[in-house]
Amino acid sequence: MSSASAAVAPAPKPVAVCETVALVRRFGRRRAVAGVDLSIAAGECLALFGPNGAGKTTLLRLLAGLLRPTSGEVRLLGTPLTSAAAAERGRVGLISHQSMLYDVLTVEENVAFAARLHGVPDVGSATAAAIARLGLQGRELTPVRALSRGWQQRVSIARAIVHGPALLLLDEPYTGLDVSGARALTDLLRSLRDDGSSLALITHSVQEGLGLATHAAIMLEGTIRRYEPASGLDPVEFAEAYRLLALESAA
Amino acid sequence: MSQLKPPGLLAVAWMIARKDLAIEYRTRSAFFSSLVFSLLGVSIFYMVWDPTAVRPIDMAPGVLWTIFAFAGMLGLHRTFGLELQTRAMDGLLLAPVPREAIFLGKALANLVYVSSVLAITIPAVVLFYNLEFGSGLLILGGIGLLAAIGLVSVGTLFSSMTVHTRFAELLLPMLALPFFIPVVVPAAQASAKLLVGAELQTVLPWIQVLVAFDLMFGVACVLAFPFTIED
Repeated sequence: MSSASAAVAPAPKPVAVCETVALVRRFGRRRAVAGVDLSIAAGECLALFGPNGAGKTTLLRLLAGLLRPTSGEVRLLGTPLTSAAAAERGRVGLISHQSMLYDVLTVEENVAFAARLHGVPDVGSATAAAIARLGLQGRELTPVRALSRGWQQRVSIARAIVHGPALLLLDEPYTGLDVSGARALTDLLRSLRDDGSSLALITHSVQEGLGLATHAAIMLEGTIRRYEPASGLDPVEFAEAYRLLALESAA
Repeated sequence: MSQLKPPGLLAVAWMIARKDLAIEYRTRSAFFSSLVFSLLGVSIFYMVWDPTAVRPIDMAPGVLWTIFAFAGMLGLHRTFGLELQTRAMDGLLLAPVPREAIFLGKALANLVYVSSVLAITIPAVVLFYNLEFGSGLLILGGIGLLAAIGLVSVGTLFSSMTVHTRFAELLLPMLALPFFIPVVVPAAQASAKLLVGAELQTVLPWIQVLVAFDLMFGVACVLAFPFTIED
């Protein structure tokens, strides 16, 4: 193939790290997720906004493989999640409302346990790196129950990133963090995104979400009502659009 | 980090068992509550026992294995309860590990805990009822281990099934106790035969029942477990 013909060839479409196709999840008669099509490529961050009960957490749990779809499909690195190999399924990290930590174990034990479960080759180094990244040095041997909510949240984040996930799912990760903790988290997420990790972030703060996101979406009643690139979005205008959509939905 | 190597079934089971035992060692909640229950049970049975009406060798096996079943039950609810407090179970399910390994790890930790309680309860019963097992004590230990394997297999599975329900602490004994009968009966019969100094050949059929139960329910519970954690 000549260089000229190569030059006119269309640019390859970035491989989606995570993709959903007509994703539906019912709980009894209620459709929590009602036909969602999404695609998150490497290095992209999707900020997902929506009122309580919109189906955001259910969507995140479907992306993590913790819930089975009623219909539709979740693809991770091009492979349906249900048939993906164990190593591929393990490339997802989740930070949820709850810490997912063992209160009695120390910070180091919690993070190292997650690293071992994911088959990280050098558990010691990976654990130390994750702990350092969240500013937890000096607290390695502290039992998690002795930490404040904000510090527990940092441990929870260290646990979620210790295996270097390709896709990091974050369900209101700023909950409980003070100003410095929130800033550290934003810096961390930005560096993960810039290193090529894909992020899906649920937050109620438009400012924080748009500060990080490459794409923004508003979810209402299980469906994505608005989806657009975040660059150039005016946070004030977006927040107003979000408010109006939520009001319309409530009405 | 592309060089992740998901650990194998036994490695994961060992990791989870070690983690659960570390938590139990630091809290000692399940072990001590079961131990106190066992010793109180032995004492109460001893106090209501009329030695002129019932011989100790007739009384002791029933006491030992009844207390074993109820004491074992006390800690089983905690098995998955501690995973739910902060949704740590999600962390296990997100990891690229076989679901069966989670069951094996939990069952292994329970086996250590139930066996530890039994290791103190057996001498307590021997002392209270002034029993003479002689060399049969070793065989009794083996019977105890087989009974513990059966109990924790069934108990761990039912703990996983009931932990999400509102009445978990009531449901677990209601579901599990009927399945403990095929464990308690052969264990009590075998112990009674050992106490009267019967030949090993007469004890063997009861031991075979225990082995058969362990194999059948052990495999069935491992295979059934993944379905109990599907959301």
